[in-house]
Amino acid sequence: MTIPLSYYLVLSSIVFLTGVVGVLLRRNIIIILLSVELMLNATNINFVAFSQYFHDVAGQVFVFFALTVAAAEVAVGLAIIIALYRAKSTINIDELQLLKW
Amino acid sequence: MELTFFIYFAFMIATTSVMVVAVRNPIYSAVALLIMFFHVAGLYVTLHAEFLAAVQIIVYAGAILVLYLFVVMLLNLRQDDRYHRQWPMAAAVGLTLVIEAIILTVMKGWTAPVVATGTETTVQGTSNAGAIGDVLYTTYLFPFEVASLILLVAMIGAIMLAKKDIGGDAPQL
Repeated sequence: MTIPLSYYLVLSSIVFLTGVVGVLLRRNIIIILLSVELMLNATNINFVAFSQYFHDVAGQVFVFFALTVAAAEVAVGLAIIIALYRAKSTINIDELQLLKW
Repeated sequence: MELTFFIYFAFMIATTSVMVVAVRNPIYSAVALLIMFFHVAGLYVTLHAEFLAAVQIIVYAGAILVLYLFVVMLLNLRQDDRYHRQWPMAAAVGLTLVIEAIILTVMKGWTAPVVATGTETTVQGTSNAGAIGDVLYTTYLFPFEVASLILLVAMIGAIMLAKKDIGGDAPQL
């Protein structure tokens, strides 16, 4: 027997929701980036499940592009974190309030 | 049989993703994310996307997560307070999304959408990697080139951001 598509959708919505809550809840900026990775992975699960369901390989190609963007995001984000830590010597987002007025 | 595999992978993915958010030590949550990536790769194998499973392990577990661990150890973090002060906001947003999902599920029922007759099939004669390459280098050639440009820009940007003093006005360590 084959797995219904809705099971995959429920799984990816759980993972995505965990990512959203992590972004809103945690103070450590590295954990926030990890939660963004969780959300990207949830969309990737969706893409692959639909690709299998519709027998169309285009979904897997789009996972490739999402992977590229995730890699770029991680590289730039971690560079920003290092620069920020060098300037303020903290990565707690409660103390990074330079843009607040 | 397939259902057993799916339940195992889904349970592990859900558990480890909750652990990523809930665990106090950043290294532990990075390791939980590593376990989650491996199980997502296993899920891809059950979905007949073998090439993506390999890429998931190589790129995510091999490159991205190692970068995270490097930064966590480079910064030498103290364990600090766990949750943000805006946790009621987070609870409200999460609860709204959960209710939305439940309402949509109940309204639409569990009926599956109609199967479209796809233009390109995944496994017809050729392998999975072959099918992906076929589509990637013909239909999606332009987005592929744009993706390479994105990677180049991100590489240059990361080097410039993490370099110590460009122009000499960067704050001293």
